[in-house]
Amino acid sequence: MIRLENLTKQFPGMDRLAVNKLNLEVGKGEVCVLVGPSGCGKTTTMKMINRLCEPTDGKIYVDGQDTSKMNPIKLRLDIGYVIQQIGLFPHMTINDNVATVPKEKKWPKEKIKKRTAELLELVGLDPREHGGRYPSGLSGGQQQRVGIARALAADPPIMLMDEPFAAVDRITRSRLQNEFLRLQRELNKTIIFVTHDIDEAIKMGDRIAVLREGKLIQYDEPGKILSEPAGDFVANLVGRNRSIKRLHLIRAHEILEEEHWGVPLDTPREEIKERIEESVISTVMVIDEKGYLKGIIGRRAIEEKEGEKAEDLMEEVPDNVTDDATLNDALSVMLEIGEGYVPVVDADGLFRGTLTLNTLLDQVRSDKSAK
Amino acid sequence: MLNRILKFLIVPILLVGMGIGVVIYVVENPTDSMVARMLTYDFIISSMEKHLLMVFVSMLGAIAVGVPVGIMLSRPSFYYVGKVIENVVNVGQTVPSLAILALFFTFLGLGFNTAVFALWLYSILPILRNTFAGIMSVQPEVVESAKGMGMSPWRVLSKIELPIAYPIIIAGIRTAIVINVGTATLATFIGAGGLGDMIVTGISVRREMVTFTGAALSALLAILLDYIIGRIEKNLVRWS
Repeated sequence: MIRLENLTKQFPGMDRLAVNKLNLEVGKGEVCVLVGPSGCGKTTTMKMINRLCEPTDGKIYVDGQDTSKMNPIKLRLDIGYVIQQIGLFPHMTINDNVATVPKEKKWPKEKIKKRTAELLELVGLDPREHGGRYPSGLSGGQQQRVGIARALAADPPIMLMDEPFAAVDRITRSRLQNEFLRLQRELNKTIIFVTHDIDEAIKMGDRIAVLREGKLIQYDEPGKILSEPAGDFVANLVGRNRSIKRLHLIRAHEILEEEHWGVPLDTPREEIKERIEESVISTVMVIDEKGYLKGIIGRRAIEEKEGEKAEDLMEEVPDNVTDDATLNDALSVMLEIGEGYVPVVDADGLFRGTLTLNTLLDQVRSDKSAK
Repeated sequence: MLNRILKFLIVPILLVGMGIGVVIYVVENPTDSMVARMLTYDFIISSMEKHLLMVFVSMLGAIAVGVPVGIMLSRPSFYYVGKVIENVVNVGQTVPSLAILALFFTFLGLGFNTAVFALWLYSILPILRNTFAGIMSVQPEVVESAKGMGMSPWRVLSKIELPIAYPIIIAGIRTAIVINVGTATLATFIGAGGLGDMIVTGISVRREMVTFTGAALSALLAILLDYIIGRIEKNLVRWS
């Protein structure tokens, strides 16, 4: 889908090559993450793909076509572009921002209107509530969502994303990453994703290209980058705690256990007591008849509280993760709520099971022994 | 809608009313026969007409030159030229307006045209400077994302840069028009007429009432024009 051949860039007045004979091939529907320290040429490489920056030497092929022979405006209209600072147009409403590319492509008004609303919903914003606002009226995370909706507007087959989640706080970032991965499973775009954060690279990438001073050091799947780093540079970039990083690669639904300590709302006190004794986390989850998680009952609650049924004894759920969250996300939530478990729900909020610290540890151990 | 128009009109009507009030008062109540001879409705109206004509012609000319040149200087290929010209303009602004008039009448002679020319030149400066500064103030990431999404340079300018720079450009025009109305009173020294006639003759024959009339009318005119442009800007910019 995208092929870089001996791509080289030298900025005027600089001795060093910003990008040095880079060869890279990205398949259709793949997420390729360019990662490396600042100044390694990752952003320059990305900007050469949509010709915001012209290569000094080498070729770029998109769908087999040499981009240097294409009209840059036409090329860019079919490549979604998201940058770190988002760059929303402050003088346009959210609707108009999202409609930028469709307007440039002269779509009919009705179609643009429909598409805009659809996209805002896709990225989790309410078209009626947010569509008419200006960017300054939105939070950082919401602006970032609009930036992604805007890049997706005309359904481009390729997306270029330059640190798209770097400007938001850690929790919002991991949520946006998960949502984006879920979207990507549906949309199947070919994505070039630039980041300096190796954790993000491992989490987001189908393949990771590690760059250093304009040169490609390693191009591999995340698992390979972790298990067989090519040389000291990649090993240092990946860091010591590789087993923990590997938790980025596994999603909650992949290792959920059968036994999840769920009980219905009308479970009598005695039975709850028994279940708590059996449970390795000394806690049971209370589920309603539709399958939603309603509350939890721990050992302390059943000793101190009056009441005969689960619904009278239960306490509020401290926090949960969705089933497409990574084990690393789950671990951070556990640390945050100070418990050895976290309930898992699916995209619709239905209870799916419980992840425990022990499961995570087993995962890390099996990983170590595999090596 | 009607409500908004009324709200918009209150201040202009008040200012025009004050102007008419001042004129009627001084014409109907002259302090002596000399004042009565000078301050007639015909004289005041023709002075006002000339003053307005000078201001409008020179302002239109200044906008027609200042905005396009400001835009041109903001283009990346003109970046360094733009910086140089910006400094020249800033220095130019420090030359007193009277000196500009004096300078040009030695080349162009006395009269209305010279005054308009000098006012035009003097008004270009703030308009050009603000247009340039306004476009340069557009955040680079906004321009980059517009380009990256496939907008042509012309579309980036017309849809993104100019609309964002618009309030700053208008602020430049407001500054220029206030300076212009004030400076136009000096045009009387090169025989171009206008409200300055009243101020200067009033001083030379020591009749404060005549001076006051000219000064008051020019001040009211400056406030009125400034207000109107300010309101137009507010009605067009809803996002900031």
